[in-house]
Amino acid sequence: MTLKEENHSEENLPATPHHEVFVAIDGFALLFDVLKSSGFQIVGPTIDQDAIVYDQIDSVDDLPKGWTDVQKPGLYRLNQRNDDKLFGYNVGPHSWKKYLFPPNVALSIGKKNEDGWEFQEAPDDPPKLAFLGVRACELAAIRIQDRVFVGGDYVDSTYQKRRQRILIIAVNCTQAAETCFCTSMDTGPRCTDGFDLALTELDDGFLVEASTPEGKAIVDQLITLEVTRKQQQSAELARQNAVDQIKKRMDTTEIRDLLMSNLEHARWDEVASRCLSCTNCTMVCPTCFCSSVEEVSDLAGENVERRRQWDSCFNLEFSYMNGGVVRDSTRSRYRQWMTHKLATWIDQFGTSGCVGCGRCISWCPVGIDLTEEVAAIRKDAP
Amino acid sequence: MISNASKMATDSPRSPSLWVPKTVVIRKITPEVENVATYHLAFTDADAAASYRFKPGQFNMLYMPGVGESAISISGDPESPELLDHTIRVAGNVTRGLTQLKPGDTLGLRGPFGSSWPMGQCVGRDVLLVTGGIGLPPLRPAIYQLLKRRQDFGNLHLLYGARSPDVLLHQNEFDDWKRSGLTIQKTVDRSVFGWKGNVGVVTLLLERLHSFDPSNTVLFCCGPEVMMRFVARTAFDRGLTAEQIWVSTERNMQCAVGLCGHCQLGPQFICKDGPVFRYDQIAPLLTVEGL
Repeated sequence: MTLKEENHSEENLPATPHHEVFVAIDGFALLFDVLKSSGFQIVGPTIDQDAIVYDQIDSVDDLPKGWTDVQKPGLYRLNQRNDDKLFGYNVGPHSWKKYLFPPNVALSIGKKNEDGWEFQEAPDDPPKLAFLGVRACELAAIRIQDRVFVGGDYVDSTYQKRRQRILIIAVNCTQAAETCFCTSMDTGPRCTDGFDLALTELDDGFLVEASTPEGKAIVDQLITLEVTRKQQQSAELARQNAVDQIKKRMDTTEIRDLLMSNLEHARWDEVASRCLSCTNCTMVCPTCFCSSVEEVSDLAGENVERRRQWDSCFNLEFSYMNGGVVRDSTRSRYRQWMTHKLATWIDQFGTSGCVGCGRCISWCPVGIDLTEEVAAIRKDAP
Repeated sequence: MISNASKMATDSPRSPSLWVPKTVVIRKITPEVENVATYHLAFTDADAAASYRFKPGQFNMLYMPGVGESAISISGDPESPELLDHTIRVAGNVTRGLTQLKPGDTLGLRGPFGSSWPMGQCVGRDVLLVTGGIGLPPLRPAIYQLLKRRQDFGNLHLLYGARSPDVLLHQNEFDDWKRSGLTIQKTVDRSVFGWKGNVGVVTLLLERLHSFDPSNTVLFCCGPEVMMRFVARTAFDRGLTAEQIWVSTERNMQCAVGLCGHCQLGPQFICKDGPVFRYDQIAPLLTVEGL
């Protein structure tokens, strides 16, 4: 579809995809009550150990009011803002995947009786969760994990069950961190789809758009006002501010072939000399999905549970096979992570595995920046 | 735009868990050679037994509760799935644990998983089965199928190498297979007193093989990666192309359905895209160390 045609179709207009209303800051607390009375537990941003993390929250008071994050390669700090913004930060070390793809979950249980082993699904009844404060890059990450866990021939039922019980309240970014590059990955900063509600924070309240009947049902219980032209303009400016602040770029042109035709590039040795193989990048990545299953048994060995835990391609034993390890060097493990994320993910799932959130850059203890690694390899490409 | 996957994620009816094994009972254990035995397994649940079908080259995840799971090729006849053969060499915790079990004991089984040998490709063509050591059992279901419909195929050759004569597998069936129309050549790395057969790598047998038409042949190969690479190279010398060769690959498999990430080789999940690949689809990946 050409741009011109797009403009004729109102549904595809990117600026205001859904009807917006205004909720004053004083009325925002009501959202918590409405969500709770609708049966949701609320999870959202809160401060813990000097970082903005996602956790169960109870009221507006739990939000990181007046705080922002400063991020650079290998650096994450909280700074006080000169205003009382509730969502005046970008992304922290957590992502929503911990709720949809739990770091540790029981899969099956086995019980030994006189006839031998009997197996059944582990009991699993996740609560209805309202995600409050999901960024555009995080919506993209959820879309990507949907493809991984539900979009293929085999459906992961633990993910699916959780996914079907969430309400997503997105928040448009109004600023960007130094590590953000969502514009390169075409994932943000504007929230365009994949949410029930999306908020844009202004000085005195929020513009709220509902894109699903579930979202609309929540908004209908809030105290709302018509959006004024001035508020509309302020919101546009604030959202544009995030776009303007994004300076980091990753050139994704033909990136699959670029990386897969450079598997023996000298840069892999260079980055391996810095990489600690610590797994931080995979733990903070909102799309990394590698896991391992372990046995948890009672002392008699007659009641056994299988539990799945997050794992990482940076762990040496991850590629263990028949008495040997396939990826026995940091070089081979960094290469696996980056080529999977940016190249072979496209073969496997029809999308990049990277959303440009920059977490792997901030939380790398030695500040490795994958956008620089791509650029270094591209520099030598013919 | 909401992707189809996201629609499925939120709207589709709940899928059954991929993680719950079915109970199987060990009906019999046939010792093969040192550290190798064939476990003959049967489902305890009649519905599970009735619905289970597998194709040659596919594998099951065998589960010893408290120890773990291991990916094991099915080595029996696909037309007799009521007794599932798994020919297992002791290699890790699970396979070692299995040696402690006896007929009547139960375990868990998930499967079958993975791609299979392309039996349809064999019709009207000569078929070369080239393998080494514990690589024969994954080809055994294909041998049963080929010999059951012997008239559908051209010449059938099994070229089989092993470390030494005492570790050649399934030799008690070789006479049957020969009578049914399979020519068999064996070779060993190290000869012993009384061995009158070939000595050397299995590619030597392929170099010298006659009575096949390279333009109308398919080759199935299962063995260590280095062996498969040399077999392919020799096959090219004999006039085959990569599109005529299939190999069975191996990686650390845990979930068996492409969700845990362990078995990746470049873009491929060995567990669900493989283990059997046409050689041109996998060859460039096999030569990159540590991929």
